[in-house]
Amino acid sequence: MAKNVQSSAEQALAGLLFDGMTVMAGGFGLCGIPENLIAALRLAGVKDLTVISNNCGIDGFGLGLLLENGQIKKMVSSYVGENKLFEQLYLSGTLELEFNPQGTLAERIRAGGAGIPAFFTKTGVGTLVAEGKEVRDFDGEAYVMERGLTADLSIIKAWKGDTEGNLVYRKTARNFNPMMATAGKVCVAEVEHLVEPGQIDPDQIHTPGIYIDRILVGAVYEKRIERVTTQPRPVAGGAL
Amino acid sequence: MAWTREDMAARAALELQDGFYVNLGIGIPTLVANYIPEGMSVTLQSENGMLGMGPFPLEGEADADLINAGKQTITQLAQSSYFSSSDSFAMIRGGHINLSILGGMQVAQNGDLANWMVPGKMVKGMGGAMDLVAGVRRVVVVMDHCEKSGAPKVLKACNLPLTGAGVVDLLITDLGVFEIDAKTKSMRLTALATGVSLDEITAKTEAEFRLGL
Repeated sequence: MAKNVQSSAEQALAGLLFDGMTVMAGGFGLCGIPENLIAALRLAGVKDLTVISNNCGIDGFGLGLLLENGQIKKMVSSYVGENKLFEQLYLSGTLELEFNPQGTLAERIRAGGAGIPAFFTKTGVGTLVAEGKEVRDFDGEAYVMERGLTADLSIIKAWKGDTEGNLVYRKTARNFNPMMATAGKVCVAEVEHLVEPGQIDPDQIHTPGIYIDRILVGAVYEKRIERVTTQPRPVAGGAL
Repeated sequence: MAWTREDMAARAALELQDGFYVNLGIGIPTLVANYIPEGMSVTLQSENGMLGMGPFPLEGEADADLINAGKQTITQLAQSSYFSSSDSFAMIRGGHINLSILGGMQVAQNGDLANWMVPGKMVKGMGGAMDLVAGVRRVVVVMDHCEKSGAPKVLKACNLPLTGAGVVDLLITDLGVFEIDAKTKSMRLTALATGVSLDEITAKTEAEFRLGL
């Protein structure tokens, strides 16, 4: 089915936002984040958000923009280093935080999108993560029960998409985006390149369009890098 | 005298075997990649969604879409593959990764590991560490033997929140190497670092251990 192709990120979120909602945002660090949709969320000013995302951006970029605008009530994440404001807000008690092991977070979202309300995993058994949760023995090993996760809205980023909502991600920018596409009641996808149906080989599609409700081409891709790590170029002709 | 970071990484590299799929943590474990013996085929997994991690890119060739779990820019190799976070942790949790080498804050004699949180002080999160120690077949921890204050980190029992209970198979510190037997939950000293005496390592270790030198 042809998707609602949106002309802007603001328009793409129109009518979907309300205070107190739960939002899933794709990305790992700043890699593969829906940066145009995050900027639109900030402009919309919607608040008391519960945000499910592996990280919370950095000071001044990514989800850090929503944090500094006071829009986030609670984060569900696996790692929140590299963000001083986050640490301050958390330690002062103004921000709630639920840490999930990264694989448990990924699987909770996958399960939520696949209609699986709970599953058992070895991860976290005997740690704070298992406190208050059912622990059950299977074949002599202990496993903790984790619940599937869904959200009112998921915002994701792909490299290329077609107007049917079929998506292709690029390199490690895939990360949490495919699962989150499945676990939002509504999913809005931003892409760098929008093409016509048939221009992506059906065998190469990572996320089928059924999960995508609205799609847009991001206006700007800053694609910041947290840690540019390189090695020096060999000097031309300067073989050692 | 004791081992340097590089020495510790080189010792950890002795745990690699041809054909292994390996996940390396941040810090000293990352250096292990520099000590893969020539001719040995080792595939590095990055838990943000890649198998076959290549070296850092040349200056000017960094790609924002290609990073490792430490958020450093990297490159791909001919054998590389990309996948989602749930696929990545399926291979970790499902026991398909042969070896995980990661850092630690505390290790106890029963194999407990703490490396993700200092209550009231450090709020960063466990990232993928809990999944790695729960799911990977062999877990090697590389860390300094003592705190900068001199306080022991190899303990009878961890006092920081655990990353995993009874998960460590081998501990490499700047002072020596300990094997931990999961069945008997006991620790055995199997090597001393260059210039380190048994008296010194014993004095700096709170945990009880047997000798297996």
